[in-house]
Amino acid sequence: MSKLLGAIQENRELVLEDWLRRLKAAVRRQDLVNDRELEFQIAELLSAITDVPAGTTFEDLTGAGWEPLKQLLAALSISRANLGFTPSETALFVLSLKPSLFTLARKNWGKDAAELFAEISVADDFVDKLALHTTDSYIHGRDQVIARQQEEMLELSTPVVTLWDGIVALPLIGTLDSARTQVVMESLLQAIVQTNSRIAIIDITGVPTVDTLVAQHLLKTITAARLMGAECILSGIRPQIAQTIVHLGINLEDVITKSKLSDAFRMALERSGRKVVRVEKSNGTGVAPTRSV
Amino acid sequence: MERIPILRMGSYLLVTIQVDMHDRLALTLQDDLTNRICELNAKGVLIDISSLEIVDSFIGRTLANIASMAKVLDAETVVVGMQPAVAITLVELGMSLPGIRTALNVESGMEYLRETVANHGASDDGDGTED
Repeated sequence: MSKLLGAIQENRELVLEDWLRRLKAAVRRQDLVNDRELEFQIAELLSAITDVPAGTTFEDLTGAGWEPLKQLLAALSISRANLGFTPSETALFVLSLKPSLFTLARKNWGKDAAELFAEISVADDFVDKLALHTTDSYIHGRDQVIARQQEEMLELSTPVVTLWDGIVALPLIGTLDSARTQVVMESLLQAIVQTNSRIAIIDITGVPTVDTLVAQHLLKTITAARLMGAECILSGIRPQIAQTIVHLGINLEDVITKSKLSDAFRMALERSGRKVVRVEKSNGTGVAPTRSV
Repeated sequence: MERIPILRMGSYLLVTIQVDMHDRLALTLQDDLTNRICELNAKGVLIDISSLEIVDSFIGRTLANIASMAKVLDAETVVVGMQPAVAITLVELGMSLPGIRTALNVESGMEYLRETVANHGASDDGDGTED
């Protein structure tokens, strides 16, 4: 059993000072965390190491005694992930404890090579495991951030807008995958029911690429809308996308397609028996052209 | 035995499905409806499924069959008020029901029937109606 833990408990202040000094010498992010905060975090961590219940050893990191330390590290690395620290900076934060422990070991058992080696290897193992744990938590924290952002993007990216009484439009932006199509389909169908719209325009100007999968998703949405009694017009098809669609052999013949949203809107108005006319100016000299749509 | 009522409105038949459809009920409806179309010489059938919340491939196929049978008997079929969830389910099942006319609600469904049946009538009567 290692005597190092006892030594740390005895020389707590010394280790704390040494660790802090090394940490400051190593890569620092003054912009993200200030000195006071850093000192506080280090002190808290060291307390978690020294204040373990009796019988807890460095050799066994799975012991219940180390649970508070692990939780503290996890919370710390998640908060650092949110602040924008890199993984190596976060790992280095823990790894910089190693030299401090080595110094302590050398001071205490410098005379006895065998014992010194044993203590150093124990300390090495312990700190490495802590660093791994920190990195794991860091990645976990980052994953959570990514998942949250994905969710937010999903919600933001599917607005259904009412263009006119009985005409809704769905401007799609970004790549369509299965999960997003589901949300798109649901929100469109819901909007059709709510607004009692007979015509829905799906605008794909913002969709970067259309492959067979995306086309299939679009067709599914259009079919579902048709089943409910609404007609879909696909608009915003760029020349490249038109080429891709034909090259891939995607059959869009049953779908009304328009190159611009304005064309689709014009057609939707026409279908619902409406007409847009330009109002003649009262003081105008010439005959204002009456444009029927 | 449970039956889905078929109501007559002029030359149209109105079917409102307000219970969960099961296979036998769907088949009974198919029988009854074809009989009624013949009996009353109906020109249009409106099936309201706005209360239908669960649908499977069999029900979907039966709806498509009813529409085709009505077509053979010279009656237009329009299915109205499909719920979003039902529409998604049918699409996921790969049933796009290409032969069926759909409408958002009973009102627009009736409107569609009147239009198409009126057009049919006009073309049947030929040039006599003009003068």
